[in-house]
Amino acid sequence: MAAGSTYTPIATSTLGSATASVTFSSISGAYTDLVIVTNFALTNNDVYAHYVQVNGDTGSNYSRLLLYGTGSAAGSAQQATVTSLYLGTWNDNMDATDRAVTTIFFNNYSNATTYKTIMSRYNVASKETGVAMGTWRNTAAITSIKLETGSTTYIAGSTFTLYGIAAA
Amino acid sequence: MLNIVSGILAPPIAVSLDSYDSIATTTLSTTASSVTFSSIAATYTHLQIRCMPLMSASDNDYRLQFNGDTAANYSRHYLYGDGTTAASSGTANDTKILVGYNAATYTNATTSIIDILDYANTNKYKTVRSLAGADKNGGGYLFLFSGNWRNTAAVTSISLIAASGTFNQYSSFALYGIKG
Repeated sequence: MAAGSTYTPIATSTLGSATASVTFSSISGAYTDLVIVTNFALTNNDVYAHYVQVNGDTGSNYSRLLLYGTGSAAGSAQQATVTSLYLGTWNDNMDATDRAVTTIFFNNYSNATTYKTIMSRYNVASKETGVAMGTWRNTAAITSIKLETGSTTYIAGSTFTLYGIAAA
Repeated sequence: MLNIVSGILAPPIAVSLDSYDSIATTTLSTTASSVTFSSIAATYTHLQIRCMPLMSASDNDYRLQFNGDTAANYSRHYLYGDGTTAASSGTANDTKILVGYNAATYTNATTSIIDILDYANTNKYKTVRSLAGADKNGGGYLFLFSGNWRNTAAVTSISLIAASGTFNQYSSFALYGIKG
């Protein structure tokens, strides 16, 4: 059993003003997994958005799967060879009155052997809930993570927290 | 405006440093058809397994059994998406609980986060849930699994078993205990 803290808060951001993106940088390789928890709303009506990029990679090195429910239908969607991981609602926009909570998992983020697999659970209670899984096709350790909206901004008061999980 | 957060330790919530413990970790140095966590103490309330297997066979699930029980004492359901369609399935009186799925055999690891709730409670059957899947850059599968082991015994061992082929070198499996 590991001594001390296993599930450790690394960094957090509570937005003081509307912001288009949040980046966690200089992420240590000391942990096994990373978890990001977000609680936010958007300034303007737009698709629920966390466009995720890692290590500043803006190339077409991402892909993802989505499984969602809207309250009236369940569905699945996918995107291949895209420039970011879109972790968000598929069927409906959200605005400043829609509060969203997302948990994003980066398992084995610092290994140098495999592509990086990213999972998330998202909840917009008034609109849609779902899970997503994506790949960053690069074996490099993840050292920075950027979460970005689409054409709008996260409202002031939105929170973003990064945790590290250490294995024995 | 870009907001960059670089190592600022200011948690918005109170975090107990003693409530989530790493119990054991296995990273395979060679292939294996199964991985077992044994001699699990009843110290915690819940268990969580976080794993990233690399598998020799594509389109292949992996499953879980408790305490060496290979009899038809399990039941399971899952909801899944393949990028086009959402569907579900269930099986009663099964010999295992599905907890993960591999859609590719190369450097893409599949991944699962498996929760085993009230694992040491001798008044309840044991419940498992898993978020799992593998993305295939234009396909793959994403699952929400749930399962039940019809036995009130405390869980003392957990086996993860490849349905076909093996778990490959570098596959990782980590067991955590959660206090409540």
